[in-house]
Amino acid sequence: MASLKFNNVYIKDFYSIAGPLEKDGQIRKFDATLDDYYFGEKTFEQAEIKMQQTVIDNLLFNNSLNSTDIDLLVGGDLLNQIAITNYNIKKYKIPFLGIYNACATFAEGLIISSLFLENKNAQNVITITSSHNLTAEKQFRYPVEYGSVKYATSTFTSTGSVGGLLANSGKIKIESATIGCAIDLGCSDVNNMGAVMAPAAADTISKHLKDLNRDISYYDLVLTGDLGSIGSKIFLEYLERVYKIKLKKHMDSGCEIFLENQNINAGASGPVALPLVLFNKVIHNRKYKKILIVATGSLHSPQLVNQKNTIPGIAHAVSLEVQ
Amino acid sequence: MMNKEEYKKLVKKHVPKKNKIKSLIIAFLVGGLIGFLGQVCVNILISSFGLIKTEAFAWTGLIIIFIASLLTALGFFDNWVSKVKAGLIIPTTGFAHSITSCALDYKKDGLITGLGSNFFKLAGSVILYGVISAFFLCVLEVIIHG
Repeated sequence: MASLKFNNVYIKDFYSIAGPLEKDGQIRKFDATLDDYYFGEKTFEQAEIKMQQTVIDNLLFNNSLNSTDIDLLVGGDLLNQIAITNYNIKKYKIPFLGIYNACATFAEGLIISSLFLENKNAQNVITITSSHNLTAEKQFRYPVEYGSVKYATSTFTSTGSVGGLLANSGKIKIESATIGCAIDLGCSDVNNMGAVMAPAAADTISKHLKDLNRDISYYDLVLTGDLGSIGSKIFLEYLERVYKIKLKKHMDSGCEIFLENQNINAGASGPVALPLVLFNKVIHNRKYKKILIVATGSLHSPQLVNQKNTIPGIAHAVSLEVQ
Repeated sequence: MMNKEEYKKLVKKHVPKKNKIKSLIIAFLVGGLIGFLGQVCVNILISSFGLIKTEAFAWTGLIIIFIASLLTALGFFDNWVSKVKAGLIIPTTGFAHSITSCALDYKKDGLITGLGSNFFKLAGSVILYGVISAFFLCVLEVIIHG
């Protein structure tokens, strides 16, 4: 049951907010941006909560909905206990499912939401995710002001929050999806997340194509999550060598957010990287009709890495049709 | 699926090699510069303020720690560290910086639960193993010289 087909699920609307560095990057079309990492709040964590609330408030307002009209909210973020989403949601009276798949959280949210809509258990569902560079750095790496040494393979957690309103009508159809398995090929380098996630992305794509009996040329674009520049190279070679799939129309979200002169090493990461690029670049440009998004997550825990465990990666694929 | 060894080779092929010689030279020059500035400070303290040598060394340590912490708080130091790496981390400047950056990170989590308990998050290992190795060296000194 790895792959699912949907007939009646659409992304009706979306809203994205991005951080100060993202604002000066490659994409200039975000709905809202932050001038600084505090966003008028006292702590970075509060700023991330406010970003999520801005997204939900705008989704409700733009579609003339009340929070009571939303049947379900599915969301998650990078912090321990998915704290940001949990503390955000208490403001609204919306039934809530909290999820975590690291940077694959948004695709996971889309898949779960789609099941509720397809089975007619819900009419309006919001899927949300967020990440904040400084809250993530603090938790997963070193203190913010420490300025730890960055490697060529390091990625930079992007700041922002993206939400999608899913319903039974809209312009972006969620056509099918494949739920990935966690794959661990022995990587333990926390500064090279691309290498952790690349095999999972390749595995999920091959499973998706096999289950739905499709060739990779069926898609106008395959948008992978946050593999980054080096992870993308590993991914493409792995996909070709192991699964004999030659992927020509590929874009990686990690390489599409920041500019080279922003010194971001291998590119952007974080659960918002993929939806930021998807909604504000790929769909905004109206160039592609059939899009396969493959959100990749590195399921690492600093504690287990310290205990000499290798890191599992995961990837979920969602097929979108833009009308 | 590939086996782990094969995948390791594939990853290695795509990861750019680090320029160790360049990092070494930068660290040597920057670390040396800090040592040089420290010595200048010692000489000034002795000649202009009339301090004795041991006092001048203690004051120099304090001055360097203060400057490093201040630069961390003003937000410059992390950018420099990420560029010159070990050149700034190994001298006392790095020790001061590691404590100040932890303090800044956790200052809003409470004085005890946040700042206090995370103050030595990075520097704790340096203190612990510094003290232990100093103890054993002292024991060695007593055994050899009596």
